[in-house]
Amino acid sequence: MSTINDTRPAEALRDGDLGAEQERADVKPLGGIAGWLDDRTGGAKPTSHFLKKVFPDHWSFMLGEIAMYSMIICLLTGVFLTFWYVPSMTQVVYDGSYVPLQGITVSDAYRSTLNISFDIRGGLLIRQIHHWGALIFVVSVFVHMTRVFFTGAFRKPREINWVLGTLLSMLACIEGFAGYSLPDDLLSGTGIRAMNGFVQSIPVVGSYVSYFIFGGAFPGEAIIPRLYSVHVLLLPAVLVGVFTAHILFVVIHKHTQFPGPGRTNNNVVGYPLMPVYMAKAGGFFFIVFGIIALVSAVVSINPIWGYGPYDPSPITAGSQPDWYMGFADGALRLLPGFLEFQTFGFTWSMNIFPGSILLLPLMWGIIGVYPFVESWVTGDKREHHLLDRPRNAPTRAGIGVAGITAYTVLLFASGNDLMAIKLQLSINDLTQLFRLLFFVGPVIAFWLTKRICLSLQRADRQKVLHGRETGTIWRYPDGRFEEIHAPLSPFERWALVQHESPEPLRISAEADENGVASPLARVERVRAKLSHFYFSDRVAPPTPSELEAAHHHGDEVDESHLLTGQHEAIDTSETSDSSSTPRETIKADRKRLT
Amino acid sequence: MKALAARRRHPAAIAVLILLGLLVTGGAYSFLAPKQAQATSVTADSVATGKKLFLANCASCHGLNAQGTASGPSLVGVGAASVDFQVGTGRMPLAGPAVQAPQNKVKFDEEQISALAAYVATLGPGPAVPDGEYTTPIVPGDEKAAGQSLTNSERIARGGEIFRVNCAMCHNFAGAGGALTRGKYAPALTGVTPTHIYEAMVTGPQSMPVFNDTNITPAGKQEVISYLDAIDNQTNVGGMTLGNLGPVSEGLFAWIFLLGLMIASAVWLGKKAA
Repeated sequence: MSTINDTRPAEALRDGDLGAEQERADVKPLGGIAGWLDDRTGGAKPTSHFLKKVFPDHWSFMLGEIAMYSMIICLLTGVFLTFWYVPSMTQVVYDGSYVPLQGITVSDAYRSTLNISFDIRGGLLIRQIHHWGALIFVVSVFVHMTRVFFTGAFRKPREINWVLGTLLSMLACIEGFAGYSLPDDLLSGTGIRAMNGFVQSIPVVGSYVSYFIFGGAFPGEAIIPRLYSVHVLLLPAVLVGVFTAHILFVVIHKHTQFPGPGRTNNNVVGYPLMPVYMAKAGGFFFIVFGIIALVSAVVSINPIWGYGPYDPSPITAGSQPDWYMGFADGALRLLPGFLEFQTFGFTWSMNIFPGSILLLPLMWGIIGVYPFVESWVTGDKREHHLLDRPRNAPTRAGIGVAGITAYTVLLFASGNDLMAIKLQLSINDLTQLFRLLFFVGPVIAFWLTKRICLSLQRADRQKVLHGRETGTIWRYPDGRFEEIHAPLSPFERWALVQHESPEPLRISAEADENGVASPLARVERVRAKLSHFYFSDRVAPPTPSELEAAHHHGDEVDESHLLTGQHEAIDTSETSDSSSTPRETIKADRKRLT
Repeated sequence: MKALAARRRHPAAIAVLILLGLLVTGGAYSFLAPKQAQATSVTADSVATGKKLFLANCASCHGLNAQGTASGPSLVGVGAASVDFQVGTGRMPLAGPAVQAPQNKVKFDEEQISALAAYVATLGPGPAVPDGEYTTPIVPGDEKAAGQSLTNSERIARGGEIFRVNCAMCHNFAGAGGALTRGKYAPALTGVTPTHIYEAMVTGPQSMPVFNDTNITPAGKQEVISYLDAIDNQTNVGGMTLGNLGPVSEGLFAWIFLLGLMIASAVWLGKKAA
């Protein structure tokens, strides 16, 4: 089933705007409770509009759903945890049921988390669901983000939504960090201690900001209650707000779809929300919940009783933040110590500051600004509702993989000590290797990805021009061998040839007719260079005339001559309209040949 | 009695009496003397055996008189505890040159190890192999041992505190081990015998510092051993521990297994006809 809107979506929304009275006359009044509600809220029309919303089908479109559901799961389990958690750093003596900590002086926050784990029925399971849910939340946000990036779904009109998504991914990480710090165990306390150091590394104002955050010297008594407010009140509110806007934009823009037969820039081919996606998405929620609950029931996460209570003097080997903050931790491990220096009585902690404080806005800033850079370089101001196959945007794919490589190098660097033990390597060598890889890796990754994309495009081109390789080798009477190529169906072919392949922009006249240099010339030159960078290595999809030429001189023509009488199917495909080639003919061919 | 009295002037009487006296004294001594593992085994004989073993297996690196060479340190004054730890865990004899001697298959039996230890102990004074008093893990409970102000459970908890302050920075919070510089590492403490843990603390093998009896009292060492024993034997209430390596293994698990399962079910659901 498909719905086709011939007009642009934004206008389509206003299509039904008639006068209120006429509208009332047009619409059949609802009966029963629905009618009673509609009379008082006017909700029937938007609800019906929403329920008829069409979504395309593809597994990768469900990555965002995983994020949404795990966020909901975290909200639900988080409420449960707040019933027993005490956000206080008051020192108390632990007397609960975990023997190896009995009689130890701990903070109230730590004791209450231990009680949730050992003395509240189901508490540990809920805690583990909350933590695993948080991990998979951030994982799926990032994976969803890569899907959107590589398919070009961030292009006009969806740039704002991309920025909102970028913001969401950053907020998710900060929310995670705040929550991870709450139990006040040794590991999370070490995390707060590290955060204190990061803040202090801010040039000039660092120590003041640290005093402001901690309400005095580290650790003080204020940080846990403050992080608690941020974790359960401020950030969830912002997250849910931005998330609602994110979803609303999906409804307004309509969902993008992969190119295919009948799918155009002006329609959405798929199924309506009611009943199909209500069932599918609803079911998927329970699948996600089920997987998280299953893993939480059998795999331990954050065993705070093992870490022990926070105390500024001890530390444990293998102190790492949760994975989503790992890249910053890795950056810190890679930064050489000699970058710290002193001038004018100030210490410039350039061995810490770039990796901890600067990296976060820098990374998310680059991600957020990318759609605008690309649209400026390409000069493309059109709306795009059809997705790119990643191979059809080789430079973008290369940039994406280069970025992921840099991120992954930092993330892995954060686990350098564990890799050193488990792989029996030297941690110093690993650190040097990661330092090198951080600079070299992205370049290699870019080049490799771009080359792979281009060769995939060439393979597609070959396939369109000469057909699919059947694996059947034919021996000719004169002794030569040739593989039989089967023509593609028009449906298959369409997916391979529909995309655009822009040529690099040329610099428009640098000087006007009087020889006066255009003030925009310099900017234009940069743009032309970037455009050259993006599109100079291009593999254009075959044009209809190329296709025609290939058919006249290609392999199939030979085959069809050769196999005359035996292989009518191929013959007809050559003579008649190309759209009538059924795929079954190849199988039929094989049968007859064998 | 008459028969005994009649023979008291027998020429052999004196010899029998002396023999009897020796047997009683010797028997009583062996029965009443403190049960030092070394006390019984340190004999001139075992020292000699130890020296032979040393010359055959250790002298190529440690020198013929254990004075040390370019490839092995001097063993004068390392004590019997050091030998018992290094040889008893298979670290010595070293299989090959490496940044650090790895734990390995034990190549000698108990008797040979104590002979080696006895020989090395004669080279100079050093820590002896500990007796059972401080190497037996404390049984958790509300009772108090003699001379202790804390209950047994609280002593185990105090052992945890001592462990976190002194040991966890290298050996990890759960004793899972950790990395040191240039390929060296602090090994995992799971499955190590209490005696070996105690010996490691008093001798400081490889990169490990020495924790002498002033740093951590023998009772404190026993508490650490008891804590390690307690967390080694506890039920993992949360489920599989993923090696107790902290957030790195959790993150890896989330990316591979959780995300893998999610994507598999998304693909499965995407394939389902509407």
